Amino acid sequence: MSTLSAGDNQASESTTGGVELKVQEGIPKYVFLAAASTSLLVMALIMIFLFREGLAIFGKVNAVSFFFGKAWYPTYDPPEFGILALIVGSISVTLFSSLVAIPLGVGTALYLSVLAGPTVREYVKAAVELLASLPSVVLGFLGMVVIAPAMQEILDIPTGLNIVSASIVLAIMAIPTITSISEDALYAVPRDNLEASYALGATRWETMSRILVPGALSGIGTAVILGMSRAMGETMVVLMVAGGAAQIPSSLFDSVRPMPASIAAEMGEAPFGGEHYHALFAIGIVLFLMTLVFNLVVTYISARFQQKGASTL
Amino acid sequence: MTGAGSRRYRMMTERVAFGVIRLLAGLVVITLGGIVLFLIYQGAGAVNWSFLTEAPRDAMTKGGIFPAIIGTFYLTIGSSLIALPLGVASAIYLSEYAREGWLLKLIRLGIQNLAGVPSVVFGLYGLALFVVFLGFGVSILAGSLTLGFLILPTVIGASEEAFRQVPSTFREASLALGATKFQTICRVVLPSAMPGVLTGSILGIGRAAGETAPIMFTAATFYTKHLPNSPFDQVMALPYHIYVLATSGTHIDQTRPLQYGTVLVLISLVLGINIFAIIIRTRMRRKKTW
Repeated sequence: MSTLSAGDNQASESTTGGVELKVQEGIPKYVFLAAASTSLLVMALIMIFLFREGLAIFGKVNAVSFFFGKAWYPTYDPPEFGILALIVGSISVTLFSSLVAIPLGVGTALYLSVLAGPTVREYVKAAVELLASLPSVVLGFLGMVVIAPAMQEILDIPTGLNIVSASIVLAIMAIPTITSISEDALYAVPRDNLEASYALGATRWETMSRILVPGALSGIGTAVILGMSRAMGETMVVLMVAGGAAQIPSSLFDSVRPMPASIAAEMGEAPFGGEHYHALFAIGIVLFLMTLVFNLVVTYISARFQQKGASTL
Repeated sequence: MTGAGSRRYRMMTERVAFGVIRLLAGLVVITLGGIVLFLIYQGAGAVNWSFLTEAPRDAMTKGGIFPAIIGTFYLTIGSSLIALPLGVASAIYLSEYAREGWLLKLIRLGIQNLAGVPSVVFGLYGLALFVVFLGFGVSILAGSLTLGFLILPTVIGASEEAFRQVPSTFREASLALGATKFQTICRVVLPSAMPGVLTGSILGIGRAAGETAPIMFTAATFYTKHLPNSPFDQVMALPYHIYVLATSGTHIDQTRPLQYGTVLVLISLVLGINIFAIIIRTRMRRKKTW
């Protein structure tokens, strides 16, 4: 920060040619500012176009029956646009996948920050990073051709394409997010606190569980929320592995049709500008707002507790 | 007496707890290794020269994936052309010009939330804005724009970090010699940060190559005989090709080897890009003397 103000002072304090220098300095600054503002602009455009296309459905279907209707039959005559089953589908895979992903993700972060030696650490970190880079369609494919048939056979259930198998695959996608942000949070806990704990005779595990983890808790919370946000918005995995039945599940081995799956599967067939088309955009609005809330909570937590978490986005 | 006993108990608790943590980390590594080895094992048989250089034949039950490779190549290049300049310029603003205040907070909020927008919502946005409103149609251009904005936050994040790692003494030395701030950025900060900017950006590019949902409605097509010859053409793309082969059509089981082959080509591409970036970064860290 200090160097920035040094540069600006120099520009404003030069007496000869000060104006010319200011112009030279000013133009690049505004060009860069404009570039930095494109993210905001894109955010705004996303909202404008989602709402423009999506809100049209509420002229034809009332909001209560849209959000709380249990029947999603967009191609019937007359069509029914109730998305409760899709919302429940999204929530169920998100929750169950975080049950799988949290212990694995946080456990790996603890391993990296406390137990791993420097060389092993490099390799495990690389593995986590590569896991994050696997395309979602590849994981969805594996869920479909490996996990689901195996589950169907072993448990002798009607279909392996269900909440559990989709959640396992989603967890694989959420783990790297949780691990890398948790690790940053653990790293940010002051060493002095840990040393004080050792000096009092605590074991490494006691120090880890009572000083390190509580100290990093807000960052770990951030990590978990971002992981869940990722799982909720993920499309290809739920499209290929969740089974696609628009029903309110009664067991973990039921098929569901989470919101992103519905959008991706149906947009190709929905007549452009028709009710179905607008309804899919309205689902997009719901999905967008839900993940936005997750992200705003993260922003709030990291501003409040001054953790490093969000900066690693 | 309790001292010794409880000491032993505490050490045992520690051993069990650490064992569990090691197990969890091991599971994560094994998952990655297992996935990669399994895909190589299953896919290697299908991948050969003609698979990579021929178009699909016989209702996509035979032949290769050349058009999909080309399509993914164009989409990746197109999205980088959008995300790299914008991302690097944004990062320059954030690290070199911005001051604390409402504007910076707002911009950061935009970037952070953009990073959290689900990929299928990007697809809807691309469909409504680029395909329909701006009239680009389902095309390489519309798909590249959609993917470009999707990876923009990744590129900004990586670039900003690279700029911040350039020591402030470098900037001060340049300013002290009478260079303007812009000259300092172009000739001192940017070259020093370049390796970091590039490796970070490569990671974003890898992501663009593997995304499916954003291109489903904006760029990708099920099958086309023609290779694209303008940015307004539709293309086949590797991720979409996998999805289509695995879920639609009447020959799903018959084309399983083709599916594994396509998956192997896609992950070789994506993992290759990422491993390349990781190796460069590790080397760079060792070499760096400041």
